[in-house]
Amino acid sequence: MTSLQINGKSMKVDAPADTPLLWVLRDHLGLTGTKFGCGMALCGACTVHLDGAAVRACQTPLSAAAGKRITTIEGIGATRVGKAVQNAWLAIGVPQCGYCQAGQIMSAAALLQQNPTPSDADIDGAMSGNLCRCGTYTRIRSAIKVAAGQKGDA
Amino acid sequence: MDLRTLITPVTPRPSGTRRRTFLKAAPLAGLVLGVGLPGLGHAADEPQKYGGDGMPHGLRDSPKIFVSIAPDGTVRVIVNRSEMGQGVRTSLPRIVADELEADLKRVRVVQAPGDEERFGNQDTDGSRSTRHWFDPMRRCGAAARQMLEQAAAQRWHVPLDQVEARQHEVVHKPSGRRLGYGALALAAARLEVPPRESLRLKDPATFRYIGKNDPALTDGPVIVTGASQYGIDTRLPGMLYAVIARPPVLGGKVRGFDAAEAMKMPGVVKVFTLDGTPPPSEFQPVGGVVVVARDTWAAIRGRQALKIDWDDGPHGSYDSTAFRAELEAAVRKPGGKVVRNEGDAYAALAGAAKKLEADYYVPHYAHATMECPAATARIVKGACEIWAPSQSPQAARDRVAKRLNLPADKVTVNVTLLGGGFGRKSKADFVVEAALVSKAMDGRPVKLTWTREDDLHNDYFHTVSAQHLEAGLDANGKVVAWLHRSAEPTIVSIFAPDPKTLAPFELGLGLTGMPYRIPNLRIENPEATAHTRIGWLRSVNNIQHAFASQSFIAEVAQAAGKDHREFLLDLLGPDRLIDPRQISEPWNHGESPERYPISTARLRRVIERVTQEATWGRKLPPRQGLGLAAHYSFVTYMAAVVEVAVSPTGELTIPRVDVAVDCGPLVNPDRVRSQIEGACVMGLSQAVVSEITFQNGRAQQDNFHQFEIVRMNAAPKRIVVHLIPADSYDMPLGGVGEPGVPVIAPALMNAINAAVGKRIRSLPLRDQLSAPV
Repeated sequence: MTSLQINGKSMKVDAPADTPLLWVLRDHLGLTGTKFGCGMALCGACTVHLDGAAVRACQTPLSAAAGKRITTIEGIGATRVGKAVQNAWLAIGVPQCGYCQAGQIMSAAALLQQNPTPSDADIDGAMSGNLCRCGTYTRIRSAIKVAAGQKGDA
Repeated sequence: MDLRTLITPVTPRPSGTRRRTFLKAAPLAGLVLGVGLPGLGHAADEPQKYGGDGMPHGLRDSPKIFVSIAPDGTVRVIVNRSEMGQGVRTSLPRIVADELEADLKRVRVVQAPGDEERFGNQDTDGSRSTRHWFDPMRRCGAAARQMLEQAAAQRWHVPLDQVEARQHEVVHKPSGRRLGYGALALAAARLEVPPRESLRLKDPATFRYIGKNDPALTDGPVIVTGASQYGIDTRLPGMLYAVIARPPVLGGKVRGFDAAEAMKMPGVVKVFTLDGTPPPSEFQPVGGVVVVARDTWAAIRGRQALKIDWDDGPHGSYDSTAFRAELEAAVRKPGGKVVRNEGDAYAALAGAAKKLEADYYVPHYAHATMECPAATARIVKGACEIWAPSQSPQAARDRVAKRLNLPADKVTVNVTLLGGGFGRKSKADFVVEAALVSKAMDGRPVKLTWTREDDLHNDYFHTVSAQHLEAGLDANGKVVAWLHRSAEPTIVSIFAPDPKTLAPFELGLGLTGMPYRIPNLRIENPEATAHTRIGWLRSVNNIQHAFASQSFIAEVAQAAGKDHREFLLDLLGPDRLIDPRQISEPWNHGESPERYPISTARLRRVIERVTQEATWGRKLPPRQGLGLAAHYSFVTYMAAVVEVAVSPTGELTIPRVDVAVDCGPLVNPDRVRSQIEGACVMGLSQAVVSEITFQNGRAQQDNFHQFEIVRMNAAPKRIVVHLIPADSYDMPLGGVGEPGVPVIAPALMNAINAAVGKRIRSLPLRDQLSAPV
């Protein structure tokens, strides 16, 4: 039995230690907000925070997540930055299909938590690991700036 | 799924009810037509049906189907199209709510399961959900509004013309008495739906939601909080998880397998084979070895431990490099099937003052929806329930019913949110797989998930093409001759054995319907065989046809020493309406040629608008350039200007893309913009980095490190969409989901040519700019 701290709550899960956190969240704990996109940390759909840092849950074994503070998309709205990001996403109409957006929001929240006034280069650097097949990148960039209190682009 | 309505109670159909079919069965009945094969589904003496009427099961507009109102006034609108980011779950309810005079904040959206007899056509494809359903949804909302007004007038014993529905209540104008919709719902439900002639649609000047710029999305709040339910997120009590090892080659089979190691993996429950349908397999599974386990990870690990011996079959030597040479050779010779011929292009070419020719290549692409195909099925007491991110839930339902040997009314396909579609999820193969695996597990709920490797290896790929173009110019630099040959395996290869040429709908996707004024024009379609599954991928054959023709026009303009924009407009000729039937394009996207002629004026307008907005002709620094392309597809007019900067090492920066779109009346302007922004990025991926190659019959790309798509750092810094407003809401609507794609690759390559004088004719760009000259 492994004990996990997820979104401020303690949860227990019975899974092999090398099970990726992604599948622990989705299949064992029913937290399906964190998405599967590639399984190889190439797409960012599975982004969660471990002790505030953005990581890809598909490449994070259960054993590495134990003892850390895990935040998922289901919990990020309880933070000031997370809520600001979510609100900006809605105000600008960022999502299309929306499937990648949990990962995008988690990466954006991690960026803004560390860097409240990111430049375009900072945004590129933090967000280029998150794929969007629907192509919402220009709106994501805009929404990050709005969440940061800057003026969004067109 | 609770579909209780207070306007009409919905009771489940008793089993064994015979269903009247409203459409005569066609030879390819139940076929997901994607873009509609003309001439099927009606007898020769019936008038041709177009648009939404021409789709399987046609249109519906009764509020008794789509609208319910609860006593507290909550209005529920049923949406019969699948949501994959194009905003149908936002746009369609807004149309109903507007005519209904409902307060949008009190409207809830309910997703229809697959049931076309009830809900009309549910194929979410071909850029036609809003275009076909705008009028029916207006009528639906107006009818409901009038029924509420009638109910109020009856309740108050006043003449009908004294009452008026306004924002969720009906008001008696002389006295000011009012009743909310909730209070009137039951009485309204007892009334007959007013006949169509008596419907009073709103004056568009009074629209509250239609045409208004409102970025709010029905599912926005659940998407940003992780409460969203895509097909892959389905969870049922006692559910098992399955993955399938599929034959890597078209038509391949399991010759033998060893599951001993797989069965030892923790969590693995069962391993068995699934018979595949040999090509043409349409939307049936290709078969393989199924691993069922207690969670997805265990299933994946179990599958990794399988030892499988594949019988690759006849396509086991498919090599895309060799095939490219075949296609290119085929288009360099005359003699292919002639699909359009005006004048005498060969003679005019021979006599032309100046001649130009070029060859273009576009590879296979994968859909690569962010949500891989996945479906969940269970079979309880002889009834199968499915949850799937399907673009065609009726087609899925029909095929599952057939494979499980159940009557269709014993199969329910619940449509979840789709994490991307682009045409992949119109094919029901992954849904049928889930149903068959559940059956093999005695009806236990099973979630069947495709991994990214599965998705890239066993897609219904965008077809591969080689095109050859020749143009002849007279002494004044005017085009007097045009020859276009295209060889590409046809989508029909998944429906019929070994077809060799393109179907009318594929020709009509940007090849035959050239609206340019060219006196001698000849289009040929040499044969090509399919060696993989081919399917519809967002804008379909337009991708390669627009790439070649819009690139070549720019090349010819350059050869003639003319400005590309001027040359393109001159080639378009005077403003006129073209009957597509007159230019060998009878399919016309399934639309009436009278209602949807090709308007060169509208194409001219988007070209003029986009070049104006992009400040065409301005001087740019070295290694920077503007490129233009225009294309008519899905009855919408699109033009794009790409601004590109090319570094000395061949890296691209795209500071800006301008797109002008004329799609007729606008329902949801912000969604139109977002669709075109997204289509731009998808077009760029196809132009710059994406490619599926084959060796030994197998797709070579395993995941996103090999099948690349554009990331934020390579995306345009700005995409500016210019909407050309329609004169009136009586104008027919054009498609929006797909037309934004085909203009991008040619506009980009035209820009690169303008920037650094290098002409790219083979996609993707990859490192062609950094290769030594």
